[in-house]
Amino acid sequence: MDNFDALTADQVMTLEAYADTIIPGERRDPSDRAVAGAASGGGAVASGAVDLMLSPEGGLAGTLDSLAEGLNEHARDYGARTGLDLDPAVPPFVALAFADRIALARELLAPGHPEQELWVALAMFSAMAWDTGAHMSTTDALASGHPGLTSMGFMPPDPDGAWRFPRFSYGRALAAIHPRTTPRGDPQ
Amino acid sequence: MTAHERTDVLVIGSGFGGAIPAYHLAAGGASVVVLERGPWLTADEFEHDFKFGSSSTRVFEFTMGEGMNVLGGNCVGGGSVVYFAAMPRAPRFVFEREGSIGRRMWPKSITRDTLEPWYDRVAQALPITQSKWEDVTYAGGVFAAACDHAGRTANPVAAAIDTDLCTNCNWMMSGCKFDAKRSLLLNYLPAAVDHGAQIRPLHEVQRIERSADGDFLVRYTVVDPVDYRVQVDEGVIEAKLVVVAAGAAATPVILQRSEETLGAMPPAVGRYFSGNGERLNTAILNEDRVRDVLGLDRGDGLAYAANQIGRGPSAASWDRLDGSLPEFSRYSLEQLYFPPGFGTILAQAPDAQGPSWFGLDKKEILRRWQSWLTIFIMSEDDNEGVFGPPPETGNADRISMQMLSRGNLRYEPTANTRNGWALADADIRDILERDGLARVMPWTNEVIGAYTVHPLASCRMGDDPETSALDDTNELRDHPGIFVTDGSAVPGALTVNPAFTIAAIAERAVPHIVRAAQSRGVDVRYLGSLPPGERVSRRTPVAVNGRDGQPVSVPSV
Repeated sequence: MDNFDALTADQVMTLEAYADTIIPGERRDPSDRAVAGAASGGGAVASGAVDLMLSPEGGLAGTLDSLAEGLNEHARDYGARTGLDLDPAVPPFVALAFADRIALARELLAPGHPEQELWVALAMFSAMAWDTGAHMSTTDALASGHPGLTSMGFMPPDPDGAWRFPRFSYGRALAAIHPRTTPRGDPQ
Repeated sequence: MTAHERTDVLVIGSGFGGAIPAYHLAAGGASVVVLERGPWLTADEFEHDFKFGSSSTRVFEFTMGEGMNVLGGNCVGGGSVVYFAAMPRAPRFVFEREGSIGRRMWPKSITRDTLEPWYDRVAQALPITQSKWEDVTYAGGVFAAACDHAGRTANPVAAAIDTDLCTNCNWMMSGCKFDAKRSLLLNYLPAAVDHGAQIRPLHEVQRIERSADGDFLVRYTVVDPVDYRVQVDEGVIEAKLVVVAAGAAATPVILQRSEETLGAMPPAVGRYFSGNGERLNTAILNEDRVRDVLGLDRGDGLAYAANQIGRGPSAASWDRLDGSLPEFSRYSLEQLYFPPGFGTILAQAPDAQGPSWFGLDKKEILRRWQSWLTIFIMSEDDNEGVFGPPPETGNADRISMQMLSRGNLRYEPTANTRNGWALADADIRDILERDGLARVMPWTNEVIGAYTVHPLASCRMGDDPETSALDDTNELRDHPGIFVTDGSAVPGALTVNPAFTIAAIAERAVPHIVRAAQSRGVDVRYLGSLPPGERVSRRTPVAVNGRDGQPVSVPSV
């Protein structure tokens, strides 16, 4: 995590906790507070969510500190509304239990929320970290056991790094074609 | 007085709408400059890689709007480089559509019959190949078998793909590294270059003005090859005639910005945008039921589990492409593939206890990703998209270095559009949930609104000046000498993939453009030739300046 220098440790934890709400995963170690441990296998955090958020290409990096602060602001408000006593040792969003993180995320991501677009963007980066590992080359991601691509069963490339599937078809007619198909094979 | 660079014809954009006129005009003797805002990549630079900064983000554009998001090409070759190359002709009834205006949307001179010869030319030039069942992928096959099981028909979809070269890698949206996809990089564009046309990548047109002597001044900026948010240079070219083909998400924006200098635009510029009635559903197949109910077996112990394998769509259901059905209830259903990311984020988990598009339930369905089957709805929407005021530059404000931007397109689906979607959603469930084959959910529209890979109609043709921006020769009303030939000219949703129709209309427009050029003193003829096909994509060198003003050598140009 040495490339997280632009953010404070609290901000990184907060962003990780949000990413873990989008695609949950198992704790990295027993002391892990950011990852709630709600699901088996690595989630968005282990898939590189914060790396992807920080990538200069993504355009989000400059806003991450305020997004983290915003999440904590909303978590404080959520805690007050729901009568929660949040652990002051960690940032407020991190202090939320997984179910509360989900409940708050649903509010922030709902149509009509004034900041929906911001939280959708952050959610998309979290999801893309897991689904694509777009902060690193896909062949490297697969070779290093990237949690998301591996869980999805994304098949690896040929040794030259390109994908080829020589077997791709059942090879037989599987339905009657539309009766008004033209001789060239177009709709009429 | 500034000495401007001059050309007979300036073409904005190098997709189907730009490449086709550029080729014919250059072949006929005109001097042609094509300004393309995206980079120029060829097969050896197309990558199988999701990494930010790879070809997948360099050549692709995702423009977020208010209720509508447009996905498209951003490179030399435009949509033809990133699309899935499915090429059906539009059904006959489409040309008779009235939409909500109560009269025929298309010019009366364009029908399926009058367009056939132009379709034929495009089919020969790319070329387009009729598909056989042996070409249908596992994903297309399982959809076809499910259609058959439900008493429906299904058709292999014609495509501009050389199946001898295709590896079924499903990386088509990043450009084809095997030159199997018959994109414009292999026909119209190299032929245009051979006839002297200049193609300049990373040149983004901002506005069109009139010169003192009645010609056009086209102002552009040069975009940094890595960070598209940065403009490294600017310039102006004088032209006797302008062809605008920047794509339906950009053409109206350029024209809107040009109002200040060209004068008022027809009211239909930036209105009547159609997303081609598009919507996606994800089916999660039960592998055992696929084997038991449909009798499918790959021969390697698996029934399906082949979401990753293929080349976009290969089979479609055309049962609802029936001209006797009422408008807004006709659609095609096409098996499709979207890569992880675009193809996963908006998919919803069936029966989710918590949120459906993120969280625990979502992660569980992602674990079954290889058993996903994506079904694409192309229906009749209501042309309800409207462009707001243009941003300072480009068609949208760029958020990321590449690919992601935010524009001013507003789209609120009407009851007509939603009716078509609801019918199609129910149809897909009927086909795929039958006998436990799958669970199906539409993609959520609550996160970013609707989306389209086929933007249309934002500067459309027609016979009525109130509801169409172009006459039936593709010339912009009240602005002689400006032609629009891209998807924005298509009057409305086509219920099938539109690239073939866009290309046919561009072919049809060329003789009209040639006549207009001749009347402006350009020595050009319409030859009616077709470009020879090439096997390998290539490019010509173009000098580009970097951020510091010094020439840079970049792989994209």
